[in-house]
Amino acid sequence: MMEAIQAQLPVLQVVIPLLAAPLCIILRRRSLVLPFATGVCWLTFLVSVSLLGDVLEAGVISYALGGWAAPWGIEYRVDALAAFVLLFVSGIAALVLTYAPRSLSDEIPASRHYLFCTLYLLCLTGLLGIAITGDLFNVFVFLEVSALSSYALIALGGRRQALPAAFQYLVMGTIGATFILIGIGLMYQMTGTLNMADMAARLPAAEGVRTALVAFGFLTVGIALKMALFPLHVWLPNAYAYAPSIVSAFIAATATKVSVYILLRFMFSVFGLEFSFEQLGLGRALMPLALAGIFVASTAAIFQRNVKRMLAYSSVAQIGYMVLGISFATATGLTGGIVHLFNHALIKGGLFMAMGCIMLRLHSVDLDDMAGIGRAMPWTMAAWALGGLGLIGVPATAGFISKWYLIEAALEQGSVLVAVLLLLSSLLALVYVWRVVETAFFHEPSERAREAREAPVSMLVPTWVLLGATVFFGIYTAYSAGVAEQAAEAVLGGLR
Amino acid sequence: MTDHTILRVVSKLLLPYVLLFALYVQFHGDYGPGGGFQAGVIFAAGFVLYGLIFGLTAVRRVAPARMIELVIATGVLVYAGTGVATMLMGGNFLDYDALNSAHPSTGQHYGILVVELGVGMTVAAVMIAVYSTFAGRGRA
Repeated sequence: MMEAIQAQLPVLQVVIPLLAAPLCIILRRRSLVLPFATGVCWLTFLVSVSLLGDVLEAGVISYALGGWAAPWGIEYRVDALAAFVLLFVSGIAALVLTYAPRSLSDEIPASRHYLFCTLYLLCLTGLLGIAITGDLFNVFVFLEVSALSSYALIALGGRRQALPAAFQYLVMGTIGATFILIGIGLMYQMTGTLNMADMAARLPAAEGVRTALVAFGFLTVGIALKMALFPLHVWLPNAYAYAPSIVSAFIAATATKVSVYILLRFMFSVFGLEFSFEQLGLGRALMPLALAGIFVASTAAIFQRNVKRMLAYSSVAQIGYMVLGISFATATGLTGGIVHLFNHALIKGGLFMAMGCIMLRLHSVDLDDMAGIGRAMPWTMAAWALGGLGLIGVPATAGFISKWYLIEAALEQGSVLVAVLLLLSSLLALVYVWRVVETAFFHEPSERAREAREAPVSMLVPTWVLLGATVFFGIYTAYSAGVAEQAAEAVLGGLR
Repeated sequence: MTDHTILRVVSKLLLPYVLLFALYVQFHGDYGPGGGFQAGVIFAAGFVLYGLIFGLTAVRRVAPARMIELVIATGVLVYAGTGVATMLMGGNFLDYDALNSAHPSTGQHYGILVVELGVGMTVAAVMIAVYSTFAGRGRA
C-alpha cells in the first residue's frame, strides 16, 4: 500500500490541492473551509518533503500521466531543482495559510472566505504544476491556472486601488503568457514534440533555423515579464502593495520564483547551455538588466512611503540577484541564483507576514503611521528587522549565503566590477531597511501607533518561524545551499 | 422583451431543442465532432437565450447562483475524481485502462465519457455565471 502511494506521489502533489479547491466551494462554511484548506496545504508540504527525499536518494522521478509513455503523453518529472522549488512553495503556502485566519477576517468579508480558499489552493496547484511537469504545453496551462487565480486574489484587496492593480497585472501577465505560448507553439512546430527531454534531444537539428531563434526571443521576453525582470516589472509594485496581506505574503514569496524556475528550465534544460549562452549570449543580455534592476528598484524602494510598496520594489531588485546568478551560467552562479530563490522566498514571505500584523493593528502600512510602532509591537517589528537584515545580507542570515555565492561566482569569472556593484547594492538595501527600522523604533509614536497593541500569537508564531528559518539557513546551509548545488548540477547537466 | 409575442413563443419552442442538442454533442462527442466544452457552451446558450427574452430573474429562478457555483465545483470534482478512481483501481492518474482491466478499451470509453461530463458541467455553469454576472451588474 505504501509503495503504491509512493509511486503516485508526483501526481498527488498537484492533485491534492486541485481536488481540495472545488471541495472548498462545496463546504462553504468559514469554520470548515479554513482548517480544511490549511490541512490540505500541510499535506501537500509532506508530499513535497517525501519527493525531495526520494530524488536526493534515487535520482530523477518520472511519472506518466494516464499511463501514456513519455514523448507522447504528459510526463511529470521531478529532479533536484523541481523538488527544491516544490518544497519551498508548498511549505510557504502552508505556513502562510496557518497564519491567515485573523488577518483574513480583518481584510476580506466573511462571505468570501470560501472563495479565497478556493483561489488560494488553485494558485498553489498552478505553481506546483509548473515546477513538476516535464511537458511544455502543460507548463503554459499551469501558468494560467496560477496567474488567473492570483489576479482574482489580488483583486480581493480592500482598497479601491486593488482593482486597477489586479487589472494591470492581468494585462501584463496575459501578454507574458501569450508570448510564452507563441514560443512553445513555434518550438512544437520545429520539433513536433512537447516533452521537454524529447525536445532537448531534437532541438540541435533545428538550431540556427530562424523559427527556433524567434521562439527563443518570445520565450525570453514572456518569462521576463512573468518574473518582473527590470524593465518589465511595472505591474509588480502595485499588485503586491494593494493585495490583501496574506496574498502579498504568498505571491511575493512564490509566484516570481516559479517564473525564474521556468527560465531555468527553458534556457538550460530545453534549449541547452551551449545554444542559450554560448551561441546567443543570453548571459550578456541578462546581466546588465539584472544589475540595472538591482540598482533602479533598490533606489525606488528608498523613496516609497507605503512600506508594502517598498518591499515590492525590493522584490524586483532581488529578482535581479537571482537573474544575475543565472547569467553567469556557471555552477557557482547558478547555485547562488537558486539558493536565493529559496532564501528570498523565506525573507520576503516573512516580511510581508510582519506587514500583515501591522495592517491588522494599524489598518495602514504607511511609513508615517508606523512611526514608533516598535514600542507597541516589539515582536512584530523585531521580526521585521530580522528579515531586513536578511535583505541586506548581513552574515549569519540567509541573504548572506546568497550574496556570498554570487560574489564568488563574479570573482571566478574575473569580473571584479560586478562583485563591487553587488556589495554597493547591499548599501542601498541597508538604506531602505534602516529607514523603516529607524521610524518604527526611534520616532515619536503616531496617533495610530499609540492605540495599537501587539499582534496575536497565532500570527506572530508563523512569522517568526519563517524569519527564524532565515537565520537557521544562514548558519546551517546543508539543506539550502547544499540542495541548490545539486539542483545547479542537475540543471547544467541537461535532461538525460 | 417580454411583450414581443413572436420572440417569446419561438424561443420557448426552441429552448428544449437547444438543450437536447447540447446533450447530443456531449454524449456523441467520442463518435462525432463535439465534446464537453462545446456541449457546455451550447447548454449555457439555452440559458442565455432564456435570460435575454424573459429576464435575468427568470434565469436565477431556474439556476440560483449557489447552485451554479456547486455545479462548477462538481464538474471539476467529477474530472479529478475519475483520475483518483483510476489510481485507486491500480493505474496511474487518469489511466482509464484501469477502470475495466478485462477490457481496457471499454475502460477508455467509460473514462472519457465521465471526464467529458465533468467538463460539460463546469463549462455550462461557468458560462451561465459569466452571463448572469454581467447582466446583473448594478443590480447585485
